[in-house]
Amino acid sequence: MPDIQADEVLDCSGLLCPMPVVKTSAAIKKIEVGQILEMIATDPGAPPDMEAWARQTGHELIDQTAENGTFRFWFRRTK
Amino acid sequence: MTAEREPAIKPAPSAEDLIAQATAPKPKRLALVASKGGLDEVYPVLMMASTAAALGWEVGVFCTFYGLDMVNVKRNKKLKVAAVGNPASPPPINGVEARVPSIVGMLPGMNAVATKMMKGWMEKSNMPSFEEMLDMCLESGVQFFACATTMGVMNVTQEDIMPQVSCLGATAFLDYAAEADLALFI
Repeated sequence: MPDIQADEVLDCSGLLCPMPVVKTSAAIKKIEVGQILEMIATDPGAPPDMEAWARQTGHELIDQTAENGTFRFWFRRTK
Repeated sequence: MTAEREPAIKPAPSAEDLIAQATAPKPKRLALVASKGGLDEVYPVLMMASTAAALGWEVGVFCTFYGLDMVNVKRNKKLKVAAVGNPASPPPINGVEARVPSIVGMLPGMNAVATKMMKGWMEKSNMPSFEEMLDMCLESGVQFFACATTMGVMNVTQEDIMPQVSCLGATAFLDYAAEADLALFI
């Protein structure tokens, strides 16, 4: 597990597309620019989806892990 | 028409506003045509629309023919899944292929059964209901347009349409879609 201190954690376990992306978009708006959001998902489409979400929105995907079907993402709000 | 007209001469925008307008990054735009009104047919529209909105895109959905039911308050509480006409239905249940003869789908009440089944799968997968998806889209700024011709052909009045939805013809929608980065017909 990477050593990243998240300011906010969003658990999207058990949710399918489009919910993880929709909830992440709402959650990132609630933290300050520069702060970090950790998101947990089990949707198998989450890794490519969250990478694409970061590319499209411009928020930084700092790191991600995959362990036993659980995916974790750390995003930094950039704007 | 009782709608208020915009004044013919508008006050000139300030230089700051003009500069801000010209330099603001233009969001991507998705234009969707929703032409079907089955519960299983409106989900993909709302999924695409809500996802695009979550990416910060501008989204416009042109609801035409049966797709108008989605925003018709008299009909959008009772969207159904058709029990006949879909050779892929029913999908395997717990990995087991269910072989249901097509003729069974013609029995009275089978649309209700198919609808209930689909709602059950959605709930089991923690998917929002149609109503929740629609609200999610509206809250995230997705615009819905009601096809004016469909309203005329199907006798749908302005009062039947959700108040957030504006009525347009194909010309106005194509004008909107021409500025889109991506347009899909569902």
